[in-house]
This record gives sequence, C-alpha cells and structure tokens, in this order.
Amino acid sequence: MARISQTIDVARAQILVTLKPSLLDSAGRTVASSLQNLGFTEVGEVRVGKLIEIELAEFSEARVKEMCEKLLANPVIERFEIKEIV
Amino acid sequence: MKVAVLRFPGSNCDQDAFFALTEDMGIDAAYVWHEETSLKGFDGVFVPGGFSYGDYLRCGAMASRSNVMQEVVRFAADGGPVLGACNGFQILCEAGLLPGALLLNEQQKFVCQDVFLKTETRRSPWTSEAADIVRIPIAHGEGRYVVEPEDLKRMEDRAQIAFRYVNASGTVDAESNPNGSVDGIAGVLNEAGNVLGLMPHPERATRTMLGGTDGKGILKGFELVMAK
Repeated sequence: MARISQTIDVARAQILVTLKPSLLDSAGRTVASSLQNLGFTEVGEVRVGKLIEIELAEFSEARVKEMCEKLLANPVIERFEIKEIV
Repeated sequence: MKVAVLRFPGSNCDQDAFFALTEDMGIDAAYVWHEETSLKGFDGVFVPGGFSYGDYLRCGAMASRSNVMQEVVRFAADGGPVLGACNGFQILCEAGLLPGALLLNEQQKFVCQDVFLKTETRRSPWTSEAADIVRIPIAHGEGRYVVEPEDLKRMEDRAQIAFRYVNASGTVDAESNPNGSVDGIAGVLNEAGNVLGLMPHPERATRTMLGGTDGKGILKGFELVMAK
C-alpha cells in the first residue's frame, strides 16, 4: 500500500456526507432530544452527517467524486460535498 | 445442488444459515470467504446477517465491494438465486442488486422480536411457497427501508415488494411496522425475481424448537429456483 509522507506536498480532500433532507435522520432526532434535555431549549431539528478526510498524492476533484460515487456515499440516501484542504 | 453461505469479517448469522439449510432444509451448503473470486460449483448464494466490516461507513457498504460480491453480482445477472437476510439485505442494496437502502430504525432502538409479514407477491420462487402470513424473527438496528417515490412506484408495478410488516390479521398498520420502513416494506425482489432481500431472519425460523417454521417456505426458494 502506498504511503504518503507527512510533507508539505501532501494534498487533502475533505468530504461532507449528509443524509438527503427528505429522509428522517433518527440519529439527529436523538441528539436533538438529548440537547433539549440538557437545557438547550432553543434547539430545533438536528441532522448528523459524516466528515471524511483523505490524504492524496495530488488533489483531483473528478477522482474524489469517483471515490464518493463508488464507495464513500450512497446516492440513494446521501449527498456529498467535496473540498480541497490547503 | 449447493448453496454458498458467504462469510465476511463480522458476519454472525452464517452458522445459523448453514445449519438451517443443511439440517432443516436438506440443502447442501458450504461457507465461502469474502476474499474468494469464484462461485464455481454453487447453485445459490445466501448472504447472511451480522455486522460485516463492523458496519463501517454504512451497513453493508464495505462488504458489497468485496471480491466475492463482485462474483455474486455476475451470478445474479445470470439468474442465480441470491438471498440476503438482515445485513445480507443491506449488502445486496449497497451492491446495487436491489433497489433502495436501509437506515437507522425510526424509533432509534435495536429491535429483536417476532413479527408478522404478509406475502405480497407469488411471482418469484422466493415467495411462491411462503405462508400468506409469515411469523418470523427480526433483530436489527438499521432496518428502515427507504427508496425514492418514483422507484417505489416502479417496484409496485413490477411486483417487487415481497413482504410487508403486518399485524396478526394481515393488515399493514403503523403499530406493526417495527422500524419505520416506507409502506411497511420488509423485503424486496429484484426485477427478474431471482434476488430477494429481507430484514427478517428465515434461517432462525426452521424448526418448532426455535419458535416457528415459517422460514422454511422462504428458504425453499433455493430449491425452486435451482430446479428451474
């Protein structure tokens, strides 16, 4: 397996995966109820997503998009956003 | 006639499946490790429940990309019978063999209980021998079936809804839906009818001592498809 050294040359991609807004987020609902129990009465709906960071030899949005489509996100239930971290 | 019982790191219903098939159904079976690249010599595939790859990323996501699942996709395309129960259902959806996906239960709890299912179609060997009302155990935390409305319509038109959660008298109602699945859907077929995925465990309902035998009608599908 290729190892990427922790040098200044390393590129990083950050991917935010979230459940489609039309779908009920059970985990988010539990977190909302917990926050309200802690006294944060201003809390309304909460939605929980996933943040994935990937080290890359070089950043290519097209390649990262392919990774999302092939494994990191499920288009049936999720949406994703890609960012390059500099 | 031989069924491949797949094994992933984290599978935990593989032995139940093997036992039910060989001891209670009289069907020959063998375990197949996820790294295998061939299903040669097998006439059916059982994708068992459990927590494959620790359910990392999404339930079934990693397993669906394994070596053996790529073979299962080819096997299914050739009309081979494939059954996925619980995590196996999640894996088949993630592999694109079945429409939709499974999410965290609506009530945020792991549910482990017997449920009633209504057999919704008879067009597939997987459902042709099942009882009208099937009593069967479920045990899952992520069994809420979701699918896009337009896909659901198409599935209904093509009789791809195999089973719905119902009450004891066979009516779909909110109280009998254990996880918030859309339209009470518990199991679905692919378009061709040779692939079935369901959240309940037919392999845990094959003898009276286990609480019931209604799972046998579903497992019989292996024989029926293979005989075709």
